Amino acid sequence: MPATQYISWFHDIGLVDRPKVGGKGGSLGELHSAGIDVPPGFVVRTEAFEWFIDALERRSPVRACVDGLAADELDGMAAVSRELRARIEDSPLPADLQQEIHDAYARLGGSGPPPAVAVRSSATTEDSADASFAGLQDTYLWVTQPDSLIGKIRSCWASLYSLESLSYRRRHGIAESTVAMAVVVQIMVDARTAGVMFTRSPVSGDRSVISIEGAWGLGSALVSGEVTPDHWVVAKITGEISARDISDKVIRHARSPAGGVEELAVEESMRREPCLSDEELQSLRAIGRQVERHYGRPQDIEWAIDRHTQRILLLQSRPETVWSNKDNQTAAARAADPLLHVMNVFGGRR
Amino acid sequence: MNAQLKPREFPLPSSVKIIAGTERAQAAYPYPIQFSQADDQKFWFYNSMHFPEPMSAFDMVTAEAAYCALGAANTRVHCLPTTLGIDHRIINGRVYIGGNAVTDPEEIVRRTAEFQKRAFYYYENWESLYAQWKQKMLKLIGDAQAMPEPALPEFEPLENVHAGRGIASNHDLLVTYQKTIEGYFRMWHHHFEFLLLGYGAYLTFFGFCKKAFPEITDQTIARMVAGMEAEIFRPDDELRRLARCAVELDVDTHFREGTSVDDIMRSLRESGESGRRWLEELQISRDPWFNINVGDGFYHYHRSWNDDLSMPFAALSGYARSVRAGEPLDRQVGRLRDERSQLIADYRELLANEEERAAYDQMIALAHRVFPYVEGHKFYCEHWYTNLFFNKIRSFGALLSAHGFFADAEDVFHLTHYELEAAIIDLMNSWSSGSEPRGATYWPPIVVERKAAIIEWARHETPPALGPIPDVIDDPAIVMLWGITRESLDNWLSAGEGTDSNEVRGFAASSGVVEGIARIVKSVEELSRLQQGDILVCHVTNPPWPPIFQKIRAAVSDIGGSMSHAAIVAREYGLPAVVGTGNATSKIKDGQRIRVDCGRGIVTLLH
Repeated sequence: MPATQYISWFHDIGLVDRPKVGGKGGSLGELHSAGIDVPPGFVVRTEAFEWFIDALERRSPVRACVDGLAADELDGMAAVSRELRARIEDSPLPADLQQEIHDAYARLGGSGPPPAVAVRSSATTEDSADASFAGLQDTYLWVTQPDSLIGKIRSCWASLYSLESLSYRRRHGIAESTVAMAVVVQIMVDARTAGVMFTRSPVSGDRSVISIEGAWGLGSALVSGEVTPDHWVVAKITGEISARDISDKVIRHARSPAGGVEELAVEESMRREPCLSDEELQSLRAIGRQVERHYGRPQDIEWAIDRHTQRILLLQSRPETVWSNKDNQTAAARAADPLLHVMNVFGGRR
Repeated sequence: MNAQLKPREFPLPSSVKIIAGTERAQAAYPYPIQFSQADDQKFWFYNSMHFPEPMSAFDMVTAEAAYCALGAANTRVHCLPTTLGIDHRIINGRVYIGGNAVTDPEEIVRRTAEFQKRAFYYYENWESLYAQWKQKMLKLIGDAQAMPEPALPEFEPLENVHAGRGIASNHDLLVTYQKTIEGYFRMWHHHFEFLLLGYGAYLTFFGFCKKAFPEITDQTIARMVAGMEAEIFRPDDELRRLARCAVELDVDTHFREGTSVDDIMRSLRESGESGRRWLEELQISRDPWFNINVGDGFYHYHRSWNDDLSMPFAALSGYARSVRAGEPLDRQVGRLRDERSQLIADYRELLANEEERAAYDQMIALAHRVFPYVEGHKFYCEHWYTNLFFNKIRSFGALLSAHGFFADAEDVFHLTHYELEAAIIDLMNSWSSGSEPRGATYWPPIVVERKAAIIEWARHETPPALGPIPDVIDDPAIVMLWGITRESLDNWLSAGEGTDSNEVRGFAASSGVVEGIARIVKSVEELSRLQQGDILVCHVTNPPWPPIFQKIRAAVSDIGGSMSHAAIVAREYGLPAVVGTGNATSKIKDGQRIRVDCGRGIVTLLH
């Protein structure tokens, strides 16, 4: 699958390409090259976004409208947001760009029918210190038509001009010329179970445990907080499962026949069943360790288990941010005389 | 003030009543270990870990000798900065102990300087001092083995007379008895020569791991430190060896369950060359490895495998079945050692920085250095030596019984060791004078009374602690050896509240979740009640129990921390175990179905 000016396949990219493929795209490429299973896909690079915006700029200014906004001028910002989003959503793509995307999409499906894909925005500022900004970007699930794919890519681009994104950039003084958006297009995982995994304790910061949360169906139900997930704590090294909280999982997200995602009631007999087997927990632990080793720091990972193949696939991995900012405490330092350490026990309270 | 906010308290020692009818049995214990009014000022707790059953008058010598040696090591030899020794008292046959903390900051500074001159020397020279220790112990054991059996001939042997020995055989009784008691006190000094320093070095590493990895389990830390070749595992290894040998010689069919030891031995002797060869192998294993008690060795009735072969033989049949089934029977020491190295390396990698890794390396190196003693000393002290000691006293019991002092040689254990010396001198005098010994009429009614008292004491619960609660338990000895902290005291105080809960919580000693029938085993004699697949629920589990591990599905104990020997051994054999529950034997009913979740340390009562 050849790369083009506007398209990069996961196996050709890594974290270093983030300026052009965004945080999500760079992470998926990196995971793929580290030997981790990720759903196959490609990235519509920032050059595509820039070319598209440049085409818009030629008709009337885009970036200048935003740069001119004051951070506290919310009414004006809302109007600019509405106008820019409408322009992005309504403008056709340059023909050769559209063709490249259609070609890549066709390749992704191979000889079969057009595949169901997830279309996920991958901003270049994503994975920066403020992870919450990443959350402002949009994701569209179960996209199955070439035309619909183009529409969703435009929607991702447009989401960069949402009121929240604009206001964030104005408050933080981020120049519009530095802002760009790549878009990830990847095969949709028809998830039996999906969830998140932290390769350290979110409660204590302990780097020797992995915290896993999961629920039936697509991960969107868990991420949006519509279902209380099952929760496990697994020792990273030994695999010992030290906490096992199985919750009543009332609903799940699944593919809607009408396109997109719908909420379904979980069958009564499945609600209180654990959504992962112990073997799967151990597989997740191994994957978590592998990813953490690859990056050299604790990770916050989204995963899903394919309903048909029962394979575990990673959808996202980013550095854990909450505890890493507090990591300046040392449990103990080298002692000039190693025996002095025993005074911690024999020396009484300090 | 809200009644619920009133601090709960333990009873004062002076408020604990001697159980009616046992007053004279209580009075037999010597004066320094009877509670006095002044003891109300001090905090005491019931040492149910070491003395879970009422003490017979003689067995009290274990408390006396052990605290004498522990206190000497802490107070005077190593000079622990924040603690002196431990006082002990006995009431209704129960041993209460209380530590003496050092709180004056200047005194702590002074003792710290002494401690570092003494303890650090031990840490630095650990291997050579420990090698020297083993020699001392083997010498002490050799001396005990060389002591003559107490006996009184009708006439002094002619060779003694002709040799001009100048002392008669009755004097030998006194010499042997006093040496026996002296040897036991000496053994306990050896026992504590390294113990606190060993535990302290281990706990230093333990504390570091808990700080660096707040959610790490105790058992994981223990697995990083535990050795695999300590003497305490050897008796069971020998059983496995004998099982393989029995299968090779095709004599394993003799070990049918329900067959008595005598019948097994007879049929082996009568089965020709192969039986003879197996019995030779048995002899090799017995000395010294069957010198292991079925209890922790603190009571005279914790008999050794050598004294009663039924326990090792019962295990042999199970092991032989495994050999026949082609199951691997060896503890895979090489694999265990590799796993330990990997575990240590993997946790090391997770540490935050190179400074932490350097500290980790320093602390685990010290923990590994001390651990052979922590695991290994028990075989020499609590098993081998203690076994010789109680058997020697038993010989005196037999001699006294032959001279009419007791109906049964075992009755000797109802005299204190002071009283026993008086009885021996009584016998010496009667042999000299030709009169009947006075003890023949004096002791029998007293023994009857004391036996009844033990039974009566065992029927009554005793408070877990007495006296005012200290704000903090900062005594490293108490924390290390008994796992007692302010939190555990609070748990004791709230025991019995919220009894609607059908859970019992303790320390996870090893992993696994199993369900089964609970079998409450309150004494060693009750071990035979265990059925295949039962879950053992007991007060304390002891190292020599591995042979029964093949019969049970899991073990739950009232007492013990994650570093207790029970926990170490359970991990070694992959037996799911929850230890230190506090009240499993009283809360769980015999025959009840329970679920033991060893990963979380929770026992659930099912119905």
